[in-house]
Amino acid sequence: MSDHHDDHHNEEFPHSSFRGYMIGFVLSVILTVIPFWLVMANVISSSAATAVVILGFAVVQIVVHMVYFLHMNFQSQGGWNMLSLIFTSILVLITIFGSLWVMYHMNVNMMPSMMGDMQG
Amino acid sequence: MSDTTVTANTNQGAAEPSRFLVPGEYHVPQGTLLGFWIYLMSDCLIFASLFATYGVLGRNYAGGPSGADIFELPLVALNTTFLLISSITYGFAVLQMQQNKLRGTMLWLVITGLFGAAFIGVELYEFIGLINEGAGPQRSGFLTAFFSLVGTHGLHVTFGLVWMVTLLLQLKKHGLIHENKRRVFCLSMFWHFLDVVWIGVFTFVYLMGVLPA
Repeated sequence: MSDHHDDHHNEEFPHSSFRGYMIGFVLSVILTVIPFWLVMANVISSSAATAVVILGFAVVQIVVHMVYFLHMNFQSQGGWNMLSLIFTSILVLITIFGSLWVMYHMNVNMMPSMMGDMQG
Repeated sequence: MSDTTVTANTNQGAAEPSRFLVPGEYHVPQGTLLGFWIYLMSDCLIFASLFATYGVLGRNYAGGPSGADIFELPLVALNTTFLLISSITYGFAVLQMQQNKLRGTMLWLVITGLFGAAFIGVELYEFIGLINEGAGPQRSGFLTAFFSLVGTHGLHVTFGLVWMVTLLLQLKKHGLIHENKRRVFCLSMFWHFLDVVWIGVFTFVYLMGVLPA
């Protein structure tokens, strides 16, 4: 293999920095500790509100991991990484929320005899 | 290996673009990393189905225990800590590799593997405890969905550990050659991806599971 090839190969991989990893780590710790604290210390009395807040923290933390640990940006692989991620995210959202939506309505509408039990 | 025909797009007004033969196969730059990323995205869809299943079945207790009855949050917090620390230690391994330091790379990989093994150990302890209490996967729809989702994640981590051992052997044998660097990067994506899935698990399954209805 020629020298030219070696140079080319070394530039092939994404570059990471100590600073980037540390920012990601500190943000992750904060974004993990807060939801655990919210639930374990019963900070918010309403369960629904707590659920929405911790889901929000999870989404933010996933973005932090994507950016600082997985080095996701619009430039890598000529944008194909990001394109496949966006495509997959849409499919994931359809799968999860579509299932919940459909099954909830099936539950409510297809079993009228159980309505009383469910509301009770 | 097949050769590649390249068509030069010269703007010299020629009626036919000139073509010439390049020895060797054409490779997309970073093709393996992109391919591995697409594999991870397909893995994402597996987890999406398992999360959806858990979302639908997660409150079907069949008279059995609920999440609030069986989940031990301190244990989950410990596990989350292990996985998060293993993410940053893997990052340190990549940084050492960028400086072409073989020993440092291998050392941080070993530390990452130990935290991963600790994670699996705690998870197995939790699973065995649940099964011994009679809260195994056959008890209710909730527990089936729980064991499928968390177990699939645990299996991924286990295979990540197998890969890590293999990679350490290859690093020991061949050093920081180009192929090994590529492998370290692929495993890094796999490992960080599993941490991303775990964020969903501890939030959606454990934390939301113990919230009073």
